[in-house]
Amino acid sequence: MTATTAIETSGLTKRFRGGQLAVDHVDLAVPRGSVYGFLGPNGSGKTTTIRMLLSLAFPTSGSAALLGVPVPDGAGRVLHRVGSLVEGPAFYPFLNGQDNLARYDAADRTADPATARARIAGALDRVGLLSAARKRYRNYSLGMKQRLAIAASLLRPRELIILDEPTNGLDPQGTREVRALIRQIAADGTTVFVSSHLLAEVEQICTHVGVMRTGRLVFSGTLQQLRRTGAARVTVQTPDPERAAKVLAGFGLADAQAAPADGSPGAVPQASALLGDASPEQVCAALVGAGIGVRGFAVTPPSLEDLFVGLTGEGFDVGG
Amino acid sequence: MSAADPAAASPAEPTDRAVTASPPAVRAWFRLLGSELRLVFRRRRNLLLLAVTALFPLVIGIALRVAAPRPAGGGSGGAAFFNELAGNGVFLTFVALSSLLILVLPVVVAVVAGDSVAGEAAYGTLRYLLATPAGRTRLLAVKYAAIVAFGTAATFVVSAVALVVGAALFPVGPVTLLSGSTVPLAAGLLRLLLVTLYVAAAMAALGAIGLAVSTVTEHPIGAIAAIVIAVVASEVVDNVPQLAAAGPYLPTHWWLAFDSLLRAPVDTPTLLRGLASFAVYALLSGSFAWARFTSADVTS
Repeated sequence: MTATTAIETSGLTKRFRGGQLAVDHVDLAVPRGSVYGFLGPNGSGKTTTIRMLLSLAFPTSGSAALLGVPVPDGAGRVLHRVGSLVEGPAFYPFLNGQDNLARYDAADRTADPATARARIAGALDRVGLLSAARKRYRNYSLGMKQRLAIAASLLRPRELIILDEPTNGLDPQGTREVRALIRQIAADGTTVFVSSHLLAEVEQICTHVGVMRTGRLVFSGTLQQLRRTGAARVTVQTPDPERAAKVLAGFGLADAQAAPADGSPGAVPQASALLGDASPEQVCAALVGAGIGVRGFAVTPPSLEDLFVGLTGEGFDVGG
Repeated sequence: MSAADPAAASPAEPTDRAVTASPPAVRAWFRLLGSELRLVFRRRRNLLLLAVTALFPLVIGIALRVAAPRPAGGGSGGAAFFNELAGNGVFLTFVALSSLLILVLPVVVAVVAGDSVAGEAAYGTLRYLLATPAGRTRLLAVKYAAIVAFGTAATFVVSAVALVVGAALFPVGPVTLLSGSTVPLAAGLLRLLLVTLYVAAAMAALGAIGLAVSTVTEHPIGAIAAIVIAVVASEVVDNVPQLAAAGPYLPTHWWLAFDSLLRAPVDTPTLLRGLASFAVYALLSGSFAWARFTSADVTS
């Protein structure tokens, strides 16, 4: 087993008792030190995959390894090196924040009780909950609950942190806080595996992404690799969009469209087409050569959103 | 001293512990057990249960004192203890235990046992405990230990309160056993201790049944209700003469057999059959709970 991957799965499959295939031959390879965005619409099998990684659910077939240790067989040897947040925070409502963390720390048979108090205070401090340490969990706000869950995953130095929808239900400020925390964690050299159905999250913090669709991993790689899978678009601002579109199409570009100004202020008539393998310089020259007045010329990389919709099909919950 | 430590730790955990200097396994067990006991014994609901349990012997004692039982009355049915009570306050403990064994003590045990795993599942804390990782077998063992501790505590609360109330309201002296002979007070108290332990063993067996029920559901109330219904059903069947053949195999059948300890000589065969029944139920339920808990997906 190489230890260069933080998470590695091979043919990981989970079929529920009802016969539904929740995870279908997923081959994940999460490099150490990466921030891996695990994307997909709700119900695409992300959480079930995470549950199998954490040995909460048992795979129907296939295998998985965390930090080079096979799970679920070696779960007892590796999970204490892995912090996790699965399907939202869960704590005892009648205990305060500090006692809740002490409970989870006591469950960890490799944690040193002598340092528990200091580690709990450190984790609370890191998520800004030190002042609410003695407040009952029941009285925490949603954002505080989420941060306490992240504190629980930081009780010990971890080599890998698995966060399932860490910003679910948070207000924009809470989302920013969590994002900043993830950046900090990653800056310490911890591998972060974060699942989300929110594109913005992944785009801003991740180095790698995996995209799930109905139980299958339909893409896995770096963000740049993902961008390269999509075609860039060339856009021309011109007073004569109809003719410009014809020229673009005549040059062999696909999906040529004309968009006349619709009268709204600031709107500029333009034509666009997929660039494909063509060189933008030649496209521009062809337009000018055809007598089109070119006011502006731009090549725009594909938006991640378009790529995701392309990968996951309709129903992708883009806005959250 | 320190030279012995690695040798003691190494056989259980072969190689992979070199990375983190982990505390000895035994200490980690006790730490989780301590956490579990704190969780069970500090919870307000459970403390309230113990308080309510303590009220019963008090109320029974006062009621019996006020009713002023006639000495050497009719003596019908299983009320042998009641007749003895007028002469000796120690018997309030046996009266209280036999009364509370019908429903109150089983409900107390059912609440804690039914909540043990299903409650964690309902809170969602189960998935974090297992991802920590607590270890499924370890968590289950600690849960059962806490159930037994709570059932034993509830039983001793009944005995202790009944003893104090009995001593305050009735005369106390040498104990006349059910078989007619009299033993000194100290020997009577020793028998009381053994009776309490026997009842605690009965509750421990019920706790194992409760733990098994708790592993199959995510709804603690459902688990608690199922356990209580099982207890009542068993008691009902045990009281149907036509079903007498099934009696000895019922989980509740031997609970009241603690009166074997109040005879001279002690009815050891009955006592042992009772204890064997508890052991078999605890073992079967424990095995079921373990098989279920270590193989089922945690979906909560």
